[in-house]
Amino acid sequence: MAFETLRTSSNREIALSHVTIQPAWVRISHWINALAVVLMVMSGWQVYDASPIFPGLRFPSAITLGGWLGGALLWHFAIMWLLFANFLVYIGMNFATGRLRRKLLPISFAALSSDLIAALRGTLGHADLRRYNSVQKFAYQVVIVDIAFMILSGLVTWKSVQFPLLRTLMGGYDNARVVHFVAVSVLVAFFVVHVVMVALVPRSLLLMIRGR
Amino acid sequence: MTFRKKTLEPDTFLSSHAESIIMDARNELESPARRLLGKQVLTLGGIAMLSGCNLSNDKSVNTMLRRMPSFNDNVQALLFNPNEMAPTYPESMITRPFPFNAFYDADDLPAVDAATYRLQVVGLANGKRVWTLDELRALPQESQITRHICIEGWSAIGRWGGVRFSSFLKHAGADITAGYVSLHCADNYWTSIDIPTALHAQTLLTLTYDGQVLPPKYGFPMKLRVPTKLGYKNPKHIVTITVTNRYPGGYWENQGYNWFGGS
Repeated sequence: MAFETLRTSSNREIALSHVTIQPAWVRISHWINALAVVLMVMSGWQVYDASPIFPGLRFPSAITLGGWLGGALLWHFAIMWLLFANFLVYIGMNFATGRLRRKLLPISFAALSSDLIAALRGTLGHADLRRYNSVQKFAYQVVIVDIAFMILSGLVTWKSVQFPLLRTLMGGYDNARVVHFVAVSVLVAFFVVHVVMVALVPRSLLLMIRGR
Repeated sequence: MTFRKKTLEPDTFLSSHAESIIMDARNELESPARRLLGKQVLTLGGIAMLSGCNLSNDKSVNTMLRRMPSFNDNVQALLFNPNEMAPTYPESMITRPFPFNAFYDADDLPAVDAATYRLQVVGLANGKRVWTLDELRALPQESQITRHICIEGWSAIGRWGGVRFSSFLKHAGADITAGYVSLHCADNYWTSIDIPTALHAQTLLTLTYDGQVLPPKYGFPMKLRVPTKLGYKNPKHIVTITVTNRYPGGYWENQGYNWFGGS
């Protein structure tokens, strides 16, 4: 009896693999975001180089975009709209479709720590790509909040006079720049781990391209 | 694991399907091309960098980049609230020394003779169009301690004193329905601002810095202090003010800096 149940459910899972796991809106917004983030970070590093926050930390021209401050700002202030609009659509759709609740929540500390230990030991499986493990859930939640911080701190850096409340929350103009830089650095760290994980589990790349 | 039991499976369609999926997946994972793709993902940054270089030279991308600033100008004009004041600071927070900043070295500062200096107002203005320094000093003076924000990212707090620009424009009989106020300087620098910003209560035609006559390094004989705009919209050594409907551009703006330049 137990065997029968197991077999039936396994077959259902196999049948489900023909069902789209990542809907089109997730895939489209993911790739728009990926493109926008890469262009924003590279042009942002060029802007940073004009007046480094941390003396000694500069970004080589090989990994920056725009050629000079003015060129980089043209990129930065054009692509920011793409990043912002795409982020709003992504967040809106996550709420509207219930995906946020279904796939990214809930997350418990116990599950997160056990999954994290398993991940560090290399024993955390990725057999079922329909479900995010706790480490994934946590990472994706962090990156969503991080991008929100990036946008808000960027807004204060761009228009500190016009957003007095946000400016105060960011600790003033100069501090908003630091928050912006740290938020971007967290995103870059996520990007590196994310790409390494995709290289380790190539099926997840296919999944994000064709949805199943 | 259950696939091995496929002979026992009553639903043959499903199990044959399952087998094809597995084969599919196996092929995809094992084919050298797929593996290569997996490896290439690691160099995604490198690919983006290369395409970034090419993108900068692409015509349509450049057109897009040129068009965006006018969109951004409009957004900034919308965001600009004439009643929103830039934050002011206590005297203790003034940056000392306040940085010298220009597109040339301090050795090349323009020499302006206070006695022969005349500020000219040209274009759409029908009031007093020629001003001496003493006449400007005779107008009501205000002072502010505000943050100067450079487009490069750094900022510094300073104290400037002078004439409220809106009252100066009124004396000059400027047409405030015009589109722009442009400012030409003794060092051949020029920039231009929108009328709502020109009329903002904190926009000052400054004659002093920190209680002293404005020194050459900070823009003698006068600097337009616009705390709601970035540094390059705060010209020094002004000699001519033009009220116009024709887009005047600016030294940095013509090279790619955003025209509105709000902060």
